[in-house]
Amino acid sequence: MPSVSMIVNGKPVSAAIEARTLLVQFLRETLRLTGTHVGCDTSQCGACVVNVDGRSVKSCTMLAVQAEGAQIATIEGLAQGDRLHPMQEAFREHHGLQCGFCTSGMVMGALDLVRGSPDPSEHQIREWLEGNLCRCTGYHNIVKSIAAGAKAMRG
Amino acid sequence: MGQFGIGQSVRRVEDARLLTGAGLYLDDITLPGQTYAVFLRSPHAHANIRRLGTHAAAAMPGVLGVLTGTDLAADGIGHLPCRAPIRNKDGSRMAAPTRPAMPADRVRFMGDIVAMVVADTPDRARDAAEHIAIEYEPLESVTDTAGALAPGAARIWDRAKDNLCFDWETGDAGAVAAAFTKAARIVRRDLINNRLCPSPLEPRGAIADFDPAARRFTLYASSQGVHQLQRTLADMFGVKKHDLRVITPDVGGGFGMKIFPYPEYALALWATRRLGRPVKWTGDRTEAFLSDTHGRDHVSHAELALDADGHFLALKVSTIANLGAYLSLFSPYIAAMAGAAMLVGLYRTPAVHLRVRGVFTNTAPVDAYRGAGRPEANYLLERMVDAASRETGLAPDDIRRRNFIPASALPYETPLGETYDSGDFEGTMRLAMARADWAGFPARRAEARARGRLLGRGMATYIETCGGGPEEAAEIRLDDQGGATLFIGSQDNGQGHRTAYAQLAADRLGLPIASIAVVQGDTDRVASGHGTGGSRALAVGGVAVVRASETLIANTRGAAARLLDAREADIDFAEGLFRVRGANRSLSLSELARAVIASGSPPPSGAAIFDPPASTYPNGCHIAEVEIDPETGAVALTRYTVVDDFGTVVNPLLVEGQVHGGIAQGIGQALREVCVYDPVSGGLLTGSFLDYALPRARNLPFISFATNPVPCVTNPLGIKGAGEAGAIGAPPAAINAVIDALAEFGVAHIDMPATPEKIWRVLRERASAA
Repeated sequence: MPSVSMIVNGKPVSAAIEARTLLVQFLRETLRLTGTHVGCDTSQCGACVVNVDGRSVKSCTMLAVQAEGAQIATIEGLAQGDRLHPMQEAFREHHGLQCGFCTSGMVMGALDLVRGSPDPSEHQIREWLEGNLCRCTGYHNIVKSIAAGAKAMRG
Repeated sequence: MGQFGIGQSVRRVEDARLLTGAGLYLDDITLPGQTYAVFLRSPHAHANIRRLGTHAAAAMPGVLGVLTGTDLAADGIGHLPCRAPIRNKDGSRMAAPTRPAMPADRVRFMGDIVAMVVADTPDRARDAAEHIAIEYEPLESVTDTAGALAPGAARIWDRAKDNLCFDWETGDAGAVAAAFTKAARIVRRDLINNRLCPSPLEPRGAIADFDPAARRFTLYASSQGVHQLQRTLADMFGVKKHDLRVITPDVGGGFGMKIFPYPEYALALWATRRLGRPVKWTGDRTEAFLSDTHGRDHVSHAELALDADGHFLALKVSTIANLGAYLSLFSPYIAAMAGAAMLVGLYRTPAVHLRVRGVFTNTAPVDAYRGAGRPEANYLLERMVDAASRETGLAPDDIRRRNFIPASALPYETPLGETYDSGDFEGTMRLAMARADWAGFPARRAEARARGRLLGRGMATYIETCGGGPEEAAEIRLDDQGGATLFIGSQDNGQGHRTAYAQLAADRLGLPIASIAVVQGDTDRVASGHGTGGSRALAVGGVAVVRASETLIANTRGAAARLLDAREADIDFAEGLFRVRGANRSLSLSELARAVIASGSPPPSGAAIFDPPASTYPNGCHIAEVEIDPETGAVALTRYTVVDDFGTVVNPLLVEGQVHGGIAQGIGQALREVCVYDPVSGGLLTGSFLDYALPRARNLPFISFATNPVPCVTNPLGIKGAGEAGAIGAPPAAINAVIDALAEFGVAHIDMPATPEKIWRVLRERASAA
């Protein structure tokens, strides 16, 4: 079995895995980081979005071995102790989640949006969410949360 | 009332956990020694199983068992029940074939389970499933709702002649016939209510574990209520309920679909008992499309009789409802009765008659999906009202105003036997029109036209019945650390029950919300419950929580009096403190709990059951505007306004979130979503999110939401259920808007979903006809 090494939420990890292991399986099953979710099998829903070297990536669409040497950020790595990241806090304040299943993908995707567009318009946010499905919120409060989170991150 | 009382937009206590990845959904649970189940499903809509070879699969690495329907039958496991039998209009019983969890000889829809593989990893189970050899004898199939009754259609059950499950009616056929003879105008439409896949983001799943020493099962399942699953599965296995513990962890959405006992849950229990290891099944999205219960799927013909002044005289409806290949737990009720009584809507229509024929087809079972019968009824009614508006020339608001039940007539008993207790139907419509800038529409339409776009506006009112029986029980127990634990048998699926219930209990007990833990989803910890469905969690469960809190105070008043050295009659309780009237002595509820527990007595507690005397009747008005590009048929929803009467609102933030989500699902039904089965092969064509179009963020605008609350008279807290309303009001509002945009081309109706292709075709046909 090939072995793979990467930095996940700032910590170096390595493991011997089957070559066919997807990044999302590596995170969920090998590392037990279950905050990243699987909502479909066709790379449509975005529940599995994590950041790989700063870019949002659907972790169901990448083999773990392709992330060799990469910096991975997942939802578990955002808060500092009890203090939520400003984007997480914005989702809490604006009721940007109901069942929570799509939420990690939404938050991790939003961070990549804000990196390139610190002050995204409603239109930009809605277009950016093309790859993230939510069945609970009608996106109304997710769009509000991302705009508010971006504002908080601008300081 | 305290800081967190009724009416406060308290932020959710659930969120910090869910936002940091600390949520625990079904697939996040791993039991020691866990094995993995994979189900092999029929690729045929209808076939006999001629031969099933499992030896090669069983010899694959890591495989612990390959099980078939023959094995299941040999072990005597019972069939999945239908708990909602209904009578035919002639009084006879409906056809009620039962469903084995895994058929042995014949498959009846694409997705029916034919074999189960259990292995030590999911990949090895999948690899082995590919080595099962099956020889099918394909049979003719029928998936089309109306086609199921056609002469010569494939027959699915020997005991259901012409695929008819039931032929049911309600209302007064004689009164309707008499009214039609007096009508100045009769409006007729054929209407399809499209088949939907509920599609919560978290697929179904289950983990089953059997303890051979205790002879006891534990089932973890993603559900809308553990007690229903416990009862049904215990029946199927012939065991006592206390020998089957059901646990539901965090749930990633349900929308009705996760209420039901499914074959996979029974098979996981069966396999763990046979194999002696925990068995886990995590459904994938393809399996969800194939095997989750679907929703809606009605084909109706409706006729509305009016007098010369546009008053509704009578409504006559005949519906064929697709039940799928097997009866589900509630499917006959949902198809026929659940929505029937709402065909009156907000109007004084004196005579209504409805006939529903439930039919079997070679499709996935159909059961409750958000609204469960009421969206079907309301779509039909509000499309008919809109059609009447067009045919009479009366404006959409005018024809509704002429027919509304006036506030002075409330409580109002409808001809179908519902009693509406409260509401301000005309005031709600007026508020919605003002907020939607109804008067400004002509200018917006002209502006769109200048850009070559067609702007349409649609209105739909609704009233629905929800928040009623059965009863719900709640118990609150204090601990000696200043906290309280609430036990209740409803099941959060993302609505925020923990926040809303804690808000109600905190208000009554004077404790901080953060100190109140809410326990759901475990039959060992919560004694009873009816789960989540029918928008009941606050309207019924909320009342139980308030009453349990009040019972707790009543139960502890005597102890407080003793500790305060006062007479019980002199003790008042407010804001978390027992006080002696006329003296400067007080004791907090937490101090009381500590003292009681320290004295060796059981922790102070209170329990209550609320059995609602009536349903609640939330109502409202939706107004949609759509912009159509006539070149491509593309539809954009540009404005959306809703005003709801939910009576007393406990947490406006949560209620508004429910409305947003319901409207998004309703817009999905109206403009994008449909389950499609191939008419020739009977195979499901919409088996992924690539083919089944859930609304995405760019398909929806911000939603303008307001309430016009009139407290419910029959609910002790004044609450009307709010969870399903959005999905009930939105589809006709959106389609009425599409028709408004296309009316100048002579388009009288388009069936849902009004996709760009459908609109483009209609416009092209009209152009070539002109």
